[in-house]
Amino acid sequence: MIFEVFRQEREGQPFQHGGSLEAPDLAFAEAYAREFYGRRDESFALWIVPREAVDEVREPYVAEVFDRDYRRVDGYSLKVKLKEARERAGTAEAG
Amino acid sequence: MNAQELLRLADDELILGWRNSEWTGIAPFLEEDVAFSSIAQTEIGHARAWYELAAEELGTDADALALDRDPAEYESAPLVELRLVPDWARTIARHWLYETADAVRIEALKGSDDADVASLAEKIDREETYHRMHAQMWADRLRDEPRFEDAVDELWPYAAAMLPPTQRSTLADRVGKEVPSNKVLLSHERGQSGDGLRVLWEEMTMVRRSVPGAKW
Repeated sequence: MIFEVFRQEREGQPFQHGGSLEAPDLAFAEAYAREFYGRRDESFALWIVPREAVDEVREPYVAEVFDRDYRRVDGYSLKVKLKEARERAGTAEAG
Repeated sequence: MNAQELLRLADDELILGWRNSEWTGIAPFLEEDVAFSSIAQTEIGHARAWYELAAEELGTDADALALDRDPAEYESAPLVELRLVPDWARTIARHWLYETADAVRIEALKGSDDADVASLAEKIDREETYHRMHAQMWADRLRDEPRFEDAVDELWPYAAAMLPPTQRSTLADRVGKEVPSNKVLLSHERGQSGDGLRVLWEEMTMVRRSVPGAKW
């Protein structure tokens, strides 16, 4: 059986995928996960999940067809806008 | 604690670490390869720590004790000297018996009057917890496997003879066996290293002997 291992580096942080391993059952998976991700104090907690329990979704995304950058946090760069505004006003900083 | 007793602990851990490391690259599957190699490495780390204590008493250093003695001077138990590759059932039987016996020994050492010994035993026990979990999980899985049961029966007298006489009945209770007769125990006691240890010693000390006195 394949198991996916997620690790939480510090208490309260989100779990992140660490890797996967093969083991005959959950007890072995736990021992190997501790060995690979836990015993050197590199994780606060581990999630060990049988791969078949993971529901993977790929297809149904709708690609963005309209320019709606402004809805996204990274869609509006203040730095660029500010630079353009300064140039228009003729107050661009030297250098 | 006297140097000979410390050397017994150190030699057991060093030789078992070597024997377990013979599985590196050829264990039954990759995950187990990593886990068992890591166990081998920590055993050798524990050996170093015991050698350092013995070295203070003997006025030498850990490397000299581990690698410059003659094979006949090693204090290791015959249990750890057996070469068991490529027999995984016997390897796990030894692993389980050794870790169970070592737990009995470490519990006693944690209560030692010698503060250095007690605190080192405490530290080592924290890592041995992982070894015991690993050994127990395999023993549970192979419990009804005839090859494993036969291997435990074969190796049990070695495991009993590894411990001081006062600790043997505790071990027998934990593994569900009877303490073997004195006659059987005598033939499995320390100090009867065979050719197996010499072959291992040749390999283990080869590089060190190639340039005597070198600082690495």
